Amino acid sequence: MSGRLSPRNAFVAGVIAILALVPVYAEATGNTFMMSLFTRIVILAIAAVSLNLIMGFGGMVSFGHAVYLGIGGYAVGILAKEGVNSGLLQWPLAVAASALFALTVGALSLRTRGVYFIMITLAFAQMVYYVAIGLDRYGGDDGMTIYKRSQFGGLIDLSNKTAFYYLCLALLLATIYIVWRLVHSRFGMVIQGARSNERRMRAIGFPTYRYKLLGFVFAGMLCGLAGALLANHTDFISPALMHWTRSGDLIVMAVLGGMGTVFGPVIGAVALLVLEELLSGITEYWQIILGPLFLLVVLFARGGIDGLLSGVRRG
Amino acid sequence: MLYLIEQCLNGIQLGMLLFLLAAGLTLIFGIMDLVNLAHGSLYMLGAYFAATFAAVTDSFLAGIGLALLATLVAGMALEVIAIRPLYGRDHLDHVLGTFGLLLFFNELVRLIWGPAGLTLSLPPEMLTAVQILPGVYYPLYRLIIILATFAVALLLYALVMRTRIGMLIRAGASNREMVGALGINIKLLYTLVFGLGAALAGFAGMMQAPLSFVQIGMGENILILAFVVIIIGGIGSIRGAFVAAIIIGIIDTIGRAFLPDLMRTFMSYSAGSSAGPALSSMLIYTLMAAVLVFRPEGLFPAARR
Amino acid sequence: MADALLEIEDLSKRFGGVVASDAIALAVPQGELHAIIGPNGAGKTTLISQLAGEIAPDAGRIRFAGRDITGLPIFRRSQLGLARSFQITSLFLDFAAIENVALAVQAHAGHSFHFWRAARSQSELRTPARAALARVGLAGRADVVVSNLSHGEHRQLEIAMALATTPSILLLDEPMAGMGPEESARMVKTLRELKRELTILLIEHDMEAVFALADRITVLVYGRIIASGTPEAIRANAEVRQAYLGEQEQRHG
Repeated sequence: MSGRLSPRNAFVAGVIAILALVPVYAEATGNTFMMSLFTRIVILAIAAVSLNLIMGFGGMVSFGHAVYLGIGGYAVGILAKEGVNSGLLQWPLAVAASALFALTVGALSLRTRGVYFIMITLAFAQMVYYVAIGLDRYGGDDGMTIYKRSQFGGLIDLSNKTAFYYLCLALLLATIYIVWRLVHSRFGMVIQGARSNERRMRAIGFPTYRYKLLGFVFAGMLCGLAGALLANHTDFISPALMHWTRSGDLIVMAVLGGMGTVFGPVIGAVALLVLEELLSGITEYWQIILGPLFLLVVLFARGGIDGLLSGVRRG
Repeated sequence: MLYLIEQCLNGIQLGMLLFLLAAGLTLIFGIMDLVNLAHGSLYMLGAYFAATFAAVTDSFLAGIGLALLATLVAGMALEVIAIRPLYGRDHLDHVLGTFGLLLFFNELVRLIWGPAGLTLSLPPEMLTAVQILPGVYYPLYRLIIILATFAVALLLYALVMRTRIGMLIRAGASNREMVGALGINIKLLYTLVFGLGAALAGFAGMMQAPLSFVQIGMGENILILAFVVIIIGGIGSIRGAFVAAIIIGIIDTIGRAFLPDLMRTFMSYSAGSSAGPALSSMLIYTLMAAVLVFRPEGLFPAARR
Repeated sequence: MADALLEIEDLSKRFGGVVASDAIALAVPQGELHAIIGPNGAGKTTLISQLAGEIAPDAGRIRFAGRDITGLPIFRRSQLGLARSFQITSLFLDFAAIENVALAVQAHAGHSFHFWRAARSQSELRTPARAALARVGLAGRADVVVSNLSHGEHRQLEIAMALATTPSILLLDEPMAGMGPEESARMVKTLRELKRELTILLIEHDMEAVFALADRITVLVYGRIIASGTPEAIRANAEVRQAYLGEQEQRHG
């Protein structure tokens, strides 16, 4: 990176600074709603960044990524209901379950390409959605309350909203760093090359399938962690967590923020959720603007907000 | 046993509607190389138009006729305004762009018709049952659906197999030069084909409306199934789509009919009632997974492009 | 007789009613530059696609360095030392030239399950990449994004990428397609240098280049070999002249 601070990097730094200061502001003004909103933003940003690993960099558009929010959340919820409250058991299991599901679905879905891949990931996600509705014991369609957040002994008390927020933010920054390293590593080069020209990748000797599959698993794991966080944040899990419209939200965040960079989806998450709050105060039909706006972004500002800041037109 | 026959026929009926959607998608993909996520929105619009026109004209048939026309016009307008800029771009752009349209249509429908949904009632003449076999009665309307959609399927078959345009579809031509070389006005062709696809989707929507519901988001669930049909049948294959659609229609319907009872013998009543439908959905996705494992090109793959 | 590096036995492929390859039999010894010529539609690219592994033949076998590779996937053949260039350029358009070639190097530098170190700063990848670019004369254009390179430079880059995979045989599909006289001459020079260390199977329409470079020539018409031999023998062959060379001479004057 250059020594000079470009406008874009200044913006990124600014966003991180704002995110870091939210609890301070919330405490000072007593605005608990803002804390809650931004906790949600940070958690969904983790999910969006994980999606972008495979979507923006890998060219694998998964329309079923929210399923990992559900798997992670349900892992925490189910264990909590069965009396296992330790975060040290719940969270690794959430990530492991997500990894396993991603491995299975990815292995099958990656046999297709393009729009068929997209629809298959959507189909598998819907399948889990229906399974969750069928889980009578864990709330079925109505969902289930989680009475006790994940316990970490004396390490951290998740019921403390400020502590929880900073944990989420720390995990977001860690996720960004991990994804950044992944993307620029040899592994990342394979993923990006496969996005750019898979035929060529195979011709020069890469067995692309296994790398794409691993990328798919990584993305699922990170999103599963986000799911565990989300379940703790809302103290509630329901099948709605993984409805395809939630997956659509994640895609919108990544594209709106900028698919071409690791940080882009974070901008997208902030932009989308803040926009949602502001616009829904004005009209309840604000989504009617979002649809065409999104189409315009796809047509003319493919690099998203991050792209516009860097002067890049295509993502 | 009678129940089984009835459910099988219901399955075929659902399959035919799925086929209409899958065929429309394949048409548009084959000629324009365009992936259209908003196809389900046209299904929804067809149903909403039909319900509205039927209420206004107080005639079911007039409602259907006007709605078909309206959906055709809406489809063509959509193509000219929002779809044209997407041609030639990569499929990801198509998916994202048409996803934006999907969001737009769901909200538009909510704005115009409200969140509650509509109903479309059948005229009294169609509410009878018809004796199809000795002692076996089947609702007339469902029979009409099967016959009508089958007629449309035959027309589509004739179109694809016997006309120049059909040849283009079969050749997978997304090449404008080749299309132009055949002396066809490309822009007009694309608009008409998109309109045709829209009309097919809308027709499926309005046919289905009296049996179930007319509400926001109704397009998405069936769209997923339509894509599953295409994957199982074989990408680019109309024949494959037909067979796969019937199979899926039957599995889904029979699953929903019999699985809850089956589940309830193993578990509590409420658990069985929830698990049943979940399992029948899973059956279809499991079938899709199996096809992907053993025959990823589908059951009846189209000839190599 | 030494075992040929590449042996094609009875290779056949049809698409519906069209016979693309009709019992093709060919043996290319190590170190030879073997040219395949023929009118459009003769099945030349189909042949290369079958050799590379993109298309599965209906019948026949392909042997490479004594090993039957007929059923092997594309990437495995590349790993064994078979490199190909594409008739219609197939590159990583959004990456710089050096990154394109570095990827080719990386493909043959062990597995890529390395998740931490930045690939762009690894000299074990960049140095061979620069060397390959230099061989084809693109050293000065290494950092240019490929979509900004000229068509001729794209064709050169294709060769560089093939070279970077340290192959034993190059399958080149019309490397000079669309090139002007200067660029073609430069490509011929490059290929002549490569001839010394690699076996090359070359599909080309540019007859000057073919006759300047080839050790042996095979003529393919409608998927069938109608003649195969030294350049002089081919030039003198009446059937070949009639089917193909005649019209070529008329066109090139």
